[in-house]
Amino acid sequence: MKPFAYVKPADVAGAVRAVSDEPGAKFLGGGTNLVDLMREGVERPDTVVDVTGLPLDTVDQLPGGGLRIGAMVRNSSLAADERVRARYPMLSQAILAGASAQLRNMATVGGNLLQRTRCPYFYDPAAACNKREPGGGCDALGGFNRSHAVLGVSGSCIAAHPSDMCVALAALDAVIEVESVRGTRRIPMTGFHRLPGDTPEIETELAPDELVTAVELPPAPFAARSRYRKVRDRASYAFALVSVAAALEVRDGAVTAARLALGGLAAKPWRAHEAERILLGGPASEESFARAAEAELAGADVRPGNAFKVHLARATIVATLRELNTGKGTA
Amino acid sequence: MTTKYAETEPRQDAVKHVGRPVDRVDGRAKTTGEARYAAEHRYPGMAHAALVHATVARGRIEAVDTEAARAVPGVIEVLTHENAPAMKPAPKTSLMNLSSLASGTTVSYLATDEVHWNGQPVAVVVAETPETARHAASLVRVAYRELPAVVDFAAEEPNASPQKSSVLQPAGGDKGDAVAALAAAPVSVDLRFTTPPEHHNAMEPHATIAVWDGDRLTVHEGTQNIAWLRAHLAQRFGIPERAVRVLSPYVGGGFGGKGFVWAGTLLAVLAARATARPVRLALTREGVYRTVGGRTPTVQRVALGADGDGDLTALIHTSVAMTARIGGMPEGVVSSSRHLYDAATIHLRQRLVRLDLLANTAMRAPGDSVGSFALESAMDELACELGIDPIELRRRNEPERNPMDGKRFTHRMLREAYEVGAERFGWRERDPRPGSMRDGRWLVGMGVATAYHPSLTMPADVTVRLAADGAVVVRCALQEIGVGAATVQAQITADELGVPLEAVRVEIGDSELPAGPGAGGSAQTAGAAAGVLDACRKLKESALALARRAPDSPLRGRRLDDLEARDGGLYHGGRGETYAAILARAGRDHLEAGGGTGMLKFLAKTLNERRRWVKAASGAHFCEVRVDRDTGEVRVSRWLGMFDVGRVINAKTAAGQLRGGIVMGIGMALTEATQVDPRTGRIMNPSLSEYHVPVHADIPRIDVHWLDEPDPTMPLGLLGIGEVGITGVAAAVANAVRHATGKRVLDLPITLDKLL
Ligand SMILES: Cc1cc2nc3c(=O)[nH]c(=O)nc-3n(C[C@H](O)[C@H](O)[C@H](O)COP(=O)(O)OP(=O)(O)OC[C@H]3O[C@@H](n4cnc5c(N)ncnc54)[C@H](O)[C@@H]3O)c2cc1C
Ligand code: SF4
Repeated sequence: MKPFAYVKPADVAGAVRAVSDEPGAKFLGGGTNLVDLMREGVERPDTVVDVTGLPLDTVDQLPGGGLRIGAMVRNSSLAADERVRARYPMLSQAILAGASAQLRNMATVGGNLLQRTRCPYFYDPAAACNKREPGGGCDALGGFNRSHAVLGVSGSCIAAHPSDMCVALAALDAVIEVESVRGTRRIPMTGFHRLPGDTPEIETELAPDELVTAVELPPAPFAARSRYRKVRDRASYAFALVSVAAALEVRDGAVTAARLALGGLAAKPWRAHEAERILLGGPASEESFARAAEAELAGADVRPGNAFKVHLARATIVATLRELNTGKGTA
Repeated sequence: MTTKYAETEPRQDAVKHVGRPVDRVDGRAKTTGEARYAAEHRYPGMAHAALVHATVARGRIEAVDTEAARAVPGVIEVLTHENAPAMKPAPKTSLMNLSSLASGTTVSYLATDEVHWNGQPVAVVVAETPETARHAASLVRVAYRELPAVVDFAAEEPNASPQKSSVLQPAGGDKGDAVAALAAAPVSVDLRFTTPPEHHNAMEPHATIAVWDGDRLTVHEGTQNIAWLRAHLAQRFGIPERAVRVLSPYVGGGFGGKGFVWAGTLLAVLAARATARPVRLALTREGVYRTVGGRTPTVQRVALGADGDGDLTALIHTSVAMTARIGGMPEGVVSSSRHLYDAATIHLRQRLVRLDLLANTAMRAPGDSVGSFALESAMDELACELGIDPIELRRRNEPERNPMDGKRFTHRMLREAYEVGAERFGWRERDPRPGSMRDGRWLVGMGVATAYHPSLTMPADVTVRLAADGAVVVRCALQEIGVGAATVQAQITADELGVPLEAVRVEIGDSELPAGPGAGGSAQTAGAAAGVLDACRKLKESALALARRAPDSPLRGRRLDDLEARDGGLYHGGRGETYAAILARAGRDHLEAGGGTGMLKFLAKTLNERRRWVKAASGAHFCEVRVDRDTGEVRVSRWLGMFDVGRVINAKTAAGQLRGGIVMGIGMALTEATQVDPRTGRIMNPSLSEYHVPVHADIPRIDVHWLDEPDPTMPLGLLGIGEVGITGVAAAVANAVRHATGKRVLDLPITLDKLL
């Protein structure tokens, strides 16, 4: 690992100043992703600004029924929060479906948002990767791409975003609050991550010197009946091949509210607007669920290694909606 | 019946310790962290080494730029082919000198500009700290001239050439005309299977500390074969064997990955010599993947023909596996098919491709673990085809003698294993129609498969010393790879001498001790037991000889065979005396005896036995899986293994070995595969995050039981247990998945995309 300087500011102003003064500086949350990437030589910061000492580690009630989550709240604390478990169960389930207990104890909400892809060619400096070295090529296109994206991909990158938490946040219309020396701004979760296009190295709307300070969850009564379903290669401790965050409200057999976001399928948590549009007002039936899923996946662009994801995503969407509709099949 | 086959209830013979679930003697040291593994030793002035790995599969190094690495403060030396001291070539392999088999590869590292595989070490950085060494290693720039490389196993399959037979391992064989019999068979299956490369992933990554003192070398390393490592290092560094000391008291798992000598070991020794410092080289997990071989991939064909009643008329099993241009072990992939079924005709062939990859190596039950997947899946498919219960099909084709050549089995209880296992597992509850058993969203399936692993012994020299105060010391350079090696030999010694278990200390893991057998081929326990039995007998003979010299000894006139060793002495009925009394009277403070067979005598005996007998540990696996009807996710929900492993010495460590084999087999069945990029020969998942071994949530409670019938030809009647557990497991899972879903998966691992 390249030698680096380490600072641990006590307040937000100090943290954002430290990074804006130093172009080679990076924020350090729990370090569960950044430190791994530094070990591989993929990230090479000169200075590491440890933000875990900032007073942003509480979950607070917002007027009107929402929650404000500090960016330093550990993943495990957020998943265990009673209000989250009662009002936004899909978020708690999503976090608990990720990584391991040890990693969740370390990982922060801010770091989880900004974790980087698990594409094996991105991790191996011997491979060609446009994300790591823009213009270098993409070894995943003709290589191992079983875990890669099928929606919103480009010819320069097909990497998938690995986060579970983010999928639930996208479904819940969360808002990300960020701060820099230039001030504070708010970015909707669904617009926070970017698709690769020709610049896969730029992954979010966040400027390099901006600090995530909080995530706000608007009130969402329908979310009390929500579910996160993650499909992976082993029972625990594996990234999602496909995941579904869904909420469904049904009255007299018709869908009155629907939220759907997909993980493992794109460079961002994929909010399924098209599927939601089809579901809303339609019958809560297997056929309608399937139609919505198919419409959302119609634009999929697959390789031999990940073609199965389209079928898997369809099956998982339908199964999750069916389960929310009937209240069965959780076993 | 239930008590006889219980896991923890030993048979109530005269024995006191053998068979019991005795706690392992090193358990406390390991759980408290007191046990020091190779990488945990410290020497004054010790330096740390890190490897630079090649990034091309084959080529020549055109230039190495070490300037930036050398400039890092704390860097002591950067070794490349341009400045490294020479090592001698790997020895030619010969059966007369088994340690010649120890070479992981045939490469002389840092000797030339040649690159033989993607990942080969091309430079070594030695520095004051491990962090400095690793950072500096990342700064070494190497320019290559790439040469054409053959790295794609699947594409190379058509170019496979026949595998040669060896004295110990025939590569093929025929009984009758199986091709014609298959064509004529009223019922048949003909299937093509593939299995991927896999890695051992022992908990302890390989680590070496090398210390030179003039021309004497001390090496700390977790190894499965102390004697081979010592001989190999002596040979490569041009010093006598007695100048090499290998210390290996604890090994954090091996599974075959620590049986041979790999680059890291040689380069640590080389770096220590070059820098005149003690050098510690602890591989990263990635370093293990890049420099220590794994299991070969295979392609197999199994075709079975049967008459309408299910009697096998033809069995064809052929395989293609790999070795590397720079070494590797040809596996006996079709070996189980020589022994399992009484087919009227049999046709067996093994072929190999040679690749520009790191050499493959032994991994738990080489050959049999992958071969049994194909054979036992095909048997299940044939049962489906015939509409016969798969256990009944196996029962019908259970041979009385070894099918290929009519040799006798020393011991074979597969029928009993199936019978008792089926009863306990509740096989009767199985509705044979595929997809017929459900539990909510889960499709439930049950599968069986046979486990089979040949039993071997290896020679061991053992000394046993009994002191006047009652303390017994057993000395043998055994390898404790986590199996309870010292514990079981202590149990055997305590019973043989009739002393308390606490009185026995077993010294292992040091090349200064009498040479032990390697921990491989499931042969260590039996080999060492033979030496212990021999030494204990000689020790009792000399105690008796001493006693008989005294006119007042109650043992006067007795022969050893009439005596019982108990209560710290030798007795005939109620009359006898303690060793302490015998020693005191004779004015001696201890007795010592050595046991074991010489290598030549051992080889002669083994080859002679092989001409007459076939012996193996075996068993029946029973597995229940649940398959998610929407997503194809497979979860193993129940497991029962019923084994015939001869006499069990320690019920606790035996259960651990059998369970561990089953866990590893579940990994092989469902999740494990080393991803070698077919374009570059580079391993793309060299980490425990991306190479999926099973985690706790993947493993249900595993019931293991054994029949506990001693084998008449093995020391104490024990058959090895380290490997039999994994054989058949992948097939049992595949067969259960077939039952749950109606789909036969022929390609491991059974990931969900294959079930959608
Ligand atoms: C073996 C393994 C398995 C895993 N499995 C899963 C899984 O199944 N599902 C899943 O979702 N995740 C998984 N993860 C990823 C894990 O969730 C992330 O590593 C973790 O959430 C990152 O949080 P952190 O605080 O440790 O981030 P860090 O590693 O500290 O930082 C990550 C990135 O975020 C930036 N950063 C951190 N905080 C801020 C901030 N406040 N503002 C701006 N930038 C910031 C850093 O500069 C860095 O670029 C796994 C990780 C590992 C190692
Ligand atoms: S998919 Fe993206 S991250 Fe992976 S190699 Fe291609 S460019 Fe790099």
